[in-house]
Amino acid sequence: MEFLVASAIGILTAGGIYLVLRLRTFPVILGISLLTYAVNVFLFASGRLTIGAPPVLRDGIETYTDPLPQALVLTAIVISFGMTAVVVMIGLGAFLGSNDDHVDDVPDIDTDADQTGGRS
Amino acid sequence: MSLFFIAALPFLGALLPGLMNSAGRSACAGVTFTVSLAAFLGLLTNLPAVLAGELVTARVDWMPSLGLNFTLMLDGLGFFFAMLILGIGLLIIAYARQYLSRNDNMGEFFTYLLLFQGAMVGIVLSDNILLLLIFWELTSLSSFLLIGYWKHLPEGRQGARMALTVTGMGGLAMVGGMLILGQIVGSYDLSVILQNRELIQESPLYVPALILILLGCFTKSAQFPFHFWLPHAMAAPTPVSAYLHSATMVKAGIFLMARMWPVLSGTPEWFVIVTTAGLVTMVLGAVIALFKHDLKALLAFSTVSHLGLITMLLGTGTAFGALAATFHILNHATFKAALFMSAGIIDHEAHTRDIRRLGGLRKLMPVTFVIATLAALSMAGIPLLNGFLSKEMMLEEANHTVLFGIPWLVPVMATVGSLFSAAYCFRLIGHVFLGPVRDDYPAKPHDPPAGMWLPPAILVVLVVVIGVAPFLVQSFVFLVADAVVGDAAKIETKYIKIWHGLVPALFMSIIAVVGGLLLMAIFKPLSRGWEAAPRPEAKVIFEAIVEAAASLAQRLTFALHNGAFTRYALIGTIAIVLAGLHAWSTGTVGPATRVMQPIGAVPLAGWLMLVVATGALVFFHRNRFLALILIGIVGLMVSVGFVYFSAPDLAMTQFTVEVVTIILLLLALNFLPKHTPVESSTVRRLRDGVVAAVGGLATFALAYHYLLRDAITTPISEFHLANSYKGGGGTNVVNVILVDFRGFDTYGEIIVLGIAALLIYALTETLLNGPVRARLLNRKPDQARAGDMHPMMMVVLTRVIMPVVLIVGFYIFLRGHNEPGGGFIAGLIVSIAVVMQYMASGFAWASARLRYPYHGIIGAGVLIAGLTGIGSWFVGKPFLTSDFTYVRIPPFEKFELATAALFDLGVFLAVVGAVMLSLESFSRLARRAHVEDSEFPMDIDPSRDDPPDGSGPAREGG
Repeated sequence: MEFLVASAIGILTAGGIYLVLRLRTFPVILGISLLTYAVNVFLFASGRLTIGAPPVLRDGIETYTDPLPQALVLTAIVISFGMTAVVVMIGLGAFLGSNDDHVDDVPDIDTDADQTGGRS
Repeated sequence: MSLFFIAALPFLGALLPGLMNSAGRSACAGVTFTVSLAAFLGLLTNLPAVLAGELVTARVDWMPSLGLNFTLMLDGLGFFFAMLILGIGLLIIAYARQYLSRNDNMGEFFTYLLLFQGAMVGIVLSDNILLLLIFWELTSLSSFLLIGYWKHLPEGRQGARMALTVTGMGGLAMVGGMLILGQIVGSYDLSVILQNRELIQESPLYVPALILILLGCFTKSAQFPFHFWLPHAMAAPTPVSAYLHSATMVKAGIFLMARMWPVLSGTPEWFVIVTTAGLVTMVLGAVIALFKHDLKALLAFSTVSHLGLITMLLGTGTAFGALAATFHILNHATFKAALFMSAGIIDHEAHTRDIRRLGGLRKLMPVTFVIATLAALSMAGIPLLNGFLSKEMMLEEANHTVLFGIPWLVPVMATVGSLFSAAYCFRLIGHVFLGPVRDDYPAKPHDPPAGMWLPPAILVVLVVVIGVAPFLVQSFVFLVADAVVGDAAKIETKYIKIWHGLVPALFMSIIAVVGGLLLMAIFKPLSRGWEAAPRPEAKVIFEAIVEAAASLAQRLTFALHNGAFTRYALIGTIAIVLAGLHAWSTGTVGPATRVMQPIGAVPLAGWLMLVVATGALVFFHRNRFLALILIGIVGLMVSVGFVYFSAPDLAMTQFTVEVVTIILLLLALNFLPKHTPVESSTVRRLRDGVVAAVGGLATFALAYHYLLRDAITTPISEFHLANSYKGGGGTNVVNVILVDFRGFDTYGEIIVLGIAALLIYALTETLLNGPVRARLLNRKPDQARAGDMHPMMMVVLTRVIMPVVLIVGFYIFLRGHNEPGGGFIAGLIVSIAVVMQYMASGFAWASARLRYPYHGIIGAGVLIAGLTGIGSWFVGKPFLTSDFTYVRIPPFEKFELATAALFDLGVFLAVVGAVMLSLESFSRLARRAHVEDSEFPMDIDPSRDDPPDGSGPAREGG
């Protein structure tokens, strides 16, 4: 089970990084969202994995999962929504203002030849 | 008067000149003068104690944990410098009143001057070296303002910037040196440091500390090779030059060398560095000064030369050297301030400072002539003037100093320096005042009003009195010199004498004066030779260095930070992975302490869905709608994972956030292109793929590693589990942590969320009021619109569902403290219920029914949460202490009332407001795009009176 969670974190991260490295705002935002999932799950997993022992106190039950990472991740999820919304708004504003949704504001001197294509 | 007052008066007084500016120039100068006079008199009240050899101190603990305390002390040395700073300051203020023209903003000038004066007094009174550093930096800043006072002059601005750069860099070095010194001694108190000579000099860190501190002193006191900024600072108004370069700013470095003399001097390192720098500066400054045609430039280089002389005397490390240095500081301050003021008078009256255009002024300006001549002769070292006395002592000391094993080196250099010094003094007198009266002065020179010549005259009286009767100041000079040397040495000399007999120093003096006269005789050919000779121009070199540093920084920054987000992301990813790899390879890896839990079929299926969805997202991300659906699947699987791993709260949060995020992205996608074109080359995609894979692998390794190992210490969660019910009154530990244990965190988080929403609102407003507005109004939807924008079924259904969802939200909120749920989740659920109304019935219809603006809801939420926290103050508990009780109202069961619930209500409201404000802002953009907007919830409404005209629905309402 640990392997599944760790690999899921890794795959989410890899997908997130790849998308973040794209050249348009929308895939970058998607990439950031994937990274957010990865980070949240990673933080959550720092409490180690426990199945069937939610941190809700019950009489006669002694084992519970670690509640602290859960509390921290809960606010992280909500805050990341706020941040995503701000980034989307900035991206949208930039697109509406310039009709261009590239993330790279590269001036004339550009060594990467492949970045110049498709810009108009 | 308390030392605090003396140090604070100039700073407090700095407010007054600005206020008095409109009351007239005399009032402005008068108030400044009064402030300085008060500080000066306050200082004098401490004279008896200082004369009695007491150490006057004043102490307030500021940041004791850092060793930074507001500690002031006054001994002979501090008193001496404070007296120079405040005393000459008084004369300068009186002089500046006459000097500044009506176009100059006098209030501004005196404000800067008082700030500078306060900083200088602070330096000399500080007993804590950290405090001293703060004042030290303040002098750099305030002198920058003073030197650049004439903002319209480019030379003034450049000179000010150069002074700030050089002294600022020196100051930075000194911060390092002082911190090392403090570390060695274990205290930042100067009085403690001064007691630990052996400890400091034996420390291996002595040399670094010494070099860093000397860098600070040398830059401030314009010692070679940092001497070049001082002449350029001459672009300042003359009162500034007279003040900064005779008695204060440049003497700060000297002061610090004197202050640190007992602990730093006496080692070979100190001797070689300080004596050499002083000697070179002395000779170099004197030679350059001779050939300067600008009166102030000549004086500037002569100041450099004299500072070199004092530095050299301190460098010798003998008690006699320290005594001579102290005496020369006093003498130099008197004659140099008088000379600067005289130069200012000449500039003021003749409208030029160019020596080549002057001459014969003795007949036209007899008073100035007498003042300047006496001061210059003193500087040249003519007997019966104070300059002669200290110069004799310097030559005497030079005779006993052997540098680099060459016995004649220092005496010869000292004589050469004195010779050139005498020569430029004679040139000053000869070429400015003597000779025939000319008829081509830019303005008709005449003596200034008394207010202008009186200040230098007072100083010249001192020059003569000290020169004729040195015994008057003798005991005071010895007192100061005693304070300089401290316990490190003993001053053997008993008297300051005019006549020592036929000692070598006298012959060296005679050589210097006669040689100076000879140089004057052959000045014309000499000057031509000097002009023709190639010599490095310090300003050009300085500017080249600054230019090179700037372009290097620019290139480095541009390479890393060129405006391309992908580059930052790439560099960041690689750097993080490399740092992780380094930590991994250098750290120790413990054995696995946990066994892997068996993998079930259902989790495996969920994992597969997540992996496939992520993979598909990467491959099909160009189709943006498809990408949204795929990321929805990923989010859903993450939520399910939370359920499986015992985190019901997280699952509910993730799930609801997922809904609003998708709605948000859909709203954005309404405007954005629906497809991402192929732009990157295959090579680039391959590179990104490799980086992504490496990053993913690294995260996997890290996660897998710690999932199989227990925490190295017991997590604090045990505490939370044990106290959740007893202390927090709730069985849902996650919720209790959020609203109670870590309530302050949560409070901050809802504020951040609110700020994010307001930011989105503000951005929308900006967009809608800017050029984008026109574009939005003229925008044609790039996709076919739905035929039925507000389907009746959906409108009816959402209305029916609304109360149900609200009840669910209410229930989730209430049970939050004991069961999964709470303010965050309830807020999200209620938001979804409201959003559904917008989606189904249209923006106009929903907005018309909105009773409270969303900003208000955010504000109310934050306010309620904050007031709940403050409430605990009234019962004498810290912020956000929660309380709970159980009540029973028949016929209900016993239930709990907790203040945490009130806090959670604040969270709830803030979340609802923030989510709704964000989504509403996005919708408002869309609303501009669709001009047609019905105020009716449904396009087809059977109950509506007006029959539809068949061609265009919803037109009637428009």
